[in-house]
Amino acid sequence: MHPPTGCYGAPPQQQSYPTIPAHPAPVPSKAPITNSAHSANYYRSNHHQQQQQQHLSQHHVAPSPYSASPSSAPPSQTYATLPSSAPPPSNAHYSQQPLQQQHHPPYAPPGSYYGPQSYHAPPAQQSQQQPSLVPAPAVGPGAPVYPIVSYPSAPGSSQFGTLSSSQSAAAHGVMPTQMGAPLHQYGTTRPASTAAVQPGYGVAPPSHLAPTVNGQGGTGMCGGDTSSSSTGSASPVPNSYDNLEGGSYPDSMPPSNHMTNQAAPYGNYGYPGMPPAYHQGPAAVTDSSPSHDPYGQSSYQQYSQPFPNMSQLSAALGGLSGVPELEVAALRPVNLLQERDLLPHRPLEAPEPNLSPDLKKVNCCPQSFRCTLTSIPQTQALLTKARLPLGLLLHPFRDLQQLPVITSNTIVRCRSCRTYINPFVTFLDQRRWKCNLCYRVNDVPDEFMYNPVTRSYGEPHKRPEVQNATVEFIASSDYMLRPPQPAAYLFVLDVSHNAVEAGYLKYFCESLMDNLDKLPGDTRTRVGFLTFDNTIHFYNLQEGLSQPQMLVVSDIDDIFIPSHDSLMVNLKESKELVKDLLTSLPGMFSESKETHSALGPALQAAFKLMTPTGGRVTVFQTQLPTIGAGSLQSREDPNQRSSTKGVQHLGPATDFYKKLALDCSGQQIGVDLFLLSSQYTDLASLSCISKYSAGSIFYYPSFHCTQNPTQLEKFQKDLERYLTRKIGFEAVMRIRCTKGLSIHTFHGNFFVRSTDLLSLANVNPDSAFAVQMSIDDSLADSSLACFQAALLYTSSKGKRRIRVHTLCLPVVNQLSDVYAGADVQAITCLLADMAIDRSITSSLSDARDALTNAVVDLMSAYKNNVCNLQQSGLVVAASMRLFPVYILSLLKQKALRTGTSTRLDERVFAMCEFKTQPLQQLMRMVHPDLYRLDDMSDQGALHLNDTVVPQPHLLHLSADRVTRDGAFLLDCGNVFYLWIGKSCDHLFIQDVLGFPDYASIPATMTHIPELETLLSERVRAFLDWLQDKRAFSSTLTVMKDNSSAKASFFQYLVEDRSEGPFSYNEFLQHIQQQMS
Amino acid sequence: MAFTFAAFCYMLALLLTAALIFFAIWHLVLPEYLIHFFFCVMFFCAAEWLTLSLNLPLLAYHVWRYMSRPVMSGPGLYDPTTIMNADILAFCQKEGWCKLAFYLLSFFYYLYGMIYVLVSS
Repeated sequence: MHPPTGCYGAPPQQQSYPTIPAHPAPVPSKAPITNSAHSANYYRSNHHQQQQQQHLSQHHVAPSPYSASPSSAPPSQTYATLPSSAPPPSNAHYSQQPLQQQHHPPYAPPGSYYGPQSYHAPPAQQSQQQPSLVPAPAVGPGAPVYPIVSYPSAPGSSQFGTLSSSQSAAAHGVMPTQMGAPLHQYGTTRPASTAAVQPGYGVAPPSHLAPTVNGQGGTGMCGGDTSSSSTGSASPVPNSYDNLEGGSYPDSMPPSNHMTNQAAPYGNYGYPGMPPAYHQGPAAVTDSSPSHDPYGQSSYQQYSQPFPNMSQLSAALGGLSGVPELEVAALRPVNLLQERDLLPHRPLEAPEPNLSPDLKKVNCCPQSFRCTLTSIPQTQALLTKARLPLGLLLHPFRDLQQLPVITSNTIVRCRSCRTYINPFVTFLDQRRWKCNLCYRVNDVPDEFMYNPVTRSYGEPHKRPEVQNATVEFIASSDYMLRPPQPAAYLFVLDVSHNAVEAGYLKYFCESLMDNLDKLPGDTRTRVGFLTFDNTIHFYNLQEGLSQPQMLVVSDIDDIFIPSHDSLMVNLKESKELVKDLLTSLPGMFSESKETHSALGPALQAAFKLMTPTGGRVTVFQTQLPTIGAGSLQSREDPNQRSSTKGVQHLGPATDFYKKLALDCSGQQIGVDLFLLSSQYTDLASLSCISKYSAGSIFYYPSFHCTQNPTQLEKFQKDLERYLTRKIGFEAVMRIRCTKGLSIHTFHGNFFVRSTDLLSLANVNPDSAFAVQMSIDDSLADSSLACFQAALLYTSSKGKRRIRVHTLCLPVVNQLSDVYAGADVQAITCLLADMAIDRSITSSLSDARDALTNAVVDLMSAYKNNVCNLQQSGLVVAASMRLFPVYILSLLKQKALRTGTSTRLDERVFAMCEFKTQPLQQLMRMVHPDLYRLDDMSDQGALHLNDTVVPQPHLLHLSADRVTRDGAFLLDCGNVFYLWIGKSCDHLFIQDVLGFPDYASIPATMTHIPELETLLSERVRAFLDWLQDKRAFSSTLTVMKDNSSAKASFFQYLVEDRSEGPFSYNEFLQHIQQQMS
Repeated sequence: MAFTFAAFCYMLALLLTAALIFFAIWHLVLPEYLIHFFFCVMFFCAAEWLTLSLNLPLLAYHVWRYMSRPVMSGPGLYDPTTIMNADILAFCQKEGWCKLAFYLLSFFYYLYGMIYVLVSS
């Protein structure tokens, strides 16, 4: 969810200034907000911006007069650091106006801004322009409080505001009440009456405020009309899409007119505002990190390495402040045959890269961006020697708690490789920066010299772009091929007999009805419905009709659209009709006896319907498509389900769905598939429709609305999340890495349009991507390797945005360092992706062998190269000590197991999940977390907003840990199992489950009652805490020792032999045999 | 000296190999395979066993390559969804260069073969 257009979309044009009240008279909520009251909150979440904190002053808040502005392209440099992912809509219209307008010279109307008086602004006045804070109200017990920070702005130059809030604030609508209208208006919006006071105010004509970058940069690149040239099927989108993100700025990209005008006064003044740091010395100058004190750390050791110039020296300095003790711990050799308790007490965190504290502080969050090796080997030879895969795991569109959003005319990028400026670039001097990916020296644009955060000039290294590794830019029209599309949702529903039997329709309609207002979008949001059995039914929802009209097309061989403008309708205008339809839909087909399913033609119809706009198609399917294009035959032989030989039919049977998906991808249509079936549905073929159109796949095996309540509950919860989650349209993602590294394989749902550009028709916050990399050239030149993922998308509010993540990692030349920085979880996930590919292109047994070999190779490489002790047994670095357990778990997953009865569809679905789930979720599925709940203590518990969340220790997944007298929680990612042992403590059963003894617990129990006991509170707090960290709700199943569900619990205990051929010990012995 | 069928085959192969050289660079898969198959058949008819045996491995490779192509309804060899993966792309390019070298060598071989047949018969 994004703030409505008014927020950044219509930045203040000078023409509209007079409409702004000169005095805070119309301010609804006038209580000045003083910083003292809120500083605590501020410190908590915005550490790096603490400095502004000291200068906070009272400012009034006033409703933005700009919100009505129709303009959608930001004409002036407007900065808005924006509330995380979900600012409350009503809050979104901000602008800034100082209370003391008469007292301090407003920042720089274009003419005077660079004049002498700006530089002589007394400190006192300066301080009054500092940002003020408005805390976001607490949303709920668990929600962290995020302050809203708004920054004053410099007219004609930039306007900047940081708003942060927790996402759920929007949903609850709490913020507006407390916030009133927390606005500030600064000098930018000076009333006309004071204009005369300011010399030079009138010098710059208003038009200068709407800089010409759009016009200059945009021409020739991507007018709105270029998209019309799309034809063909494989990649119908014009090539210029590459230019959008990859950017083909002409090298001579001229600065806008007013910038050149202003350049002259600058030169005359000789940077009086140059920060002291620049006078300290070259090393300090080139250090881009927030604190200019590279020498403060004592541990820079690599001075001996020859550096051609100072900038490389400073780059090297960044990479090297060792954390020796950590490294030693990670390198401690562990003999797996002797050490048994390998699991840490708490779930494993991502290893910290061995960087200087400054770089560590700004580095990208490992949840968004993670590398399998946190120390990059210098050469391919070293990487080969280490026998570990090098790759990145990305979760680029993750829901973030806090995200700086930047609106700026010129998005500063490297001229040759188009990298976005990031915290790891080096500033050679005031006016030049050196790209950290291609090492080209670029100019710092004038606009970038002004820092809206500190409101000072000449500190480009303090800009938010350079202070945050994850930022979001509001893109100008240069980044558009066509005007941003409206949010468009089409629901394609199976209404054949089989679907009616399963009974999903009623629950879908209910869920959509409930969430109709929460669908991400703005006033342009369009929806449409389409149902199919052996014919296709369209629904005319044109505004003005008394009830929805159904139009049936029975010619499925040659699909046509019966009406072009009334099938996809504006949700706002036709809301009543949509509700009508949703109420009547479940009843309309209840008598249906039609057993055929024409999914292929329905998808073709959906494609035709969506082609003009692009958007999201959601398909609900309950059986094998049987007629029309794309019909499929059952390929599964139930007798082969538990075969230990190869598994057939993991690939698609037809390329119909893939071709259609590519067509969809070209027209910016993403297809999401909900498969609810009890029979074989050939997911291997059907999944292609989502795989290549960047959709997501949901599968509910043996779904039935009454006979399978667990699946129904999961379906409802998933659907709610699915309908309300953020969405980005017409997206492309490009991943760049430091010269010398190259990306060679991608994993995830998307279409790879060129070697480094992923085309994502839709992007959702729950899907992750992985890439494999190789090292082409030696990285000896630099001690840092950087990776940047840039995701360009259209928000549901019709804004073009770019989310940029930058990750910085040290380069090492010692094998032991490579092992010390190995991220075992990321490696496991990447290997899983590679194994899935291998099992589809080659065979399942090949993939399994490759996984085992990965362990064998690693062990041998470590033994031969690093560990010189002639120890017997299996020795591995401590950082990789869980590797064999994880690989063994992988081999026992549904996707890769053999010998255990696994339905083909479930196997294929598990494979799809491996490719798209984010790392945390995937690791919980591969290696579930087992906790003992009945003896939890408050020791080490977390205290969050009055609730105490106990932190029980992780247990090994082995049946000998699951005792009969305990209660255990198994967290498998999307399902919790609560295991109650036979002789479990009565107190626990009473206090938590609300039953007197073990015998009276029912066989199926899916909720924990809310009891007023301490133990119940602790257990529920723990469950809620686990739940809070994931996007989709997990279901809970209480299991009794003797219940039939026992098998499904014990299959997760991967260290035992119950599932698959090996127990953990046997697996280790197998490895040892292979090594010798 | 007489213009035999074998000489005609060599002459044809000579011309077609020139075309193949370009197809190998631009990855026109089907024409390339068909032309190569065509003059293999011609050599078979002309009973040029040595030349045929030199070409058979490539012919077999072509057949195998086309049999193991990804599932697709139309003709073609490359899958748009995977071809942009750098390792597959690199493999296809390497394959192209190897074939180019082979065709270049066989071009001169056919030239030699044609003259040899013309002179010897």
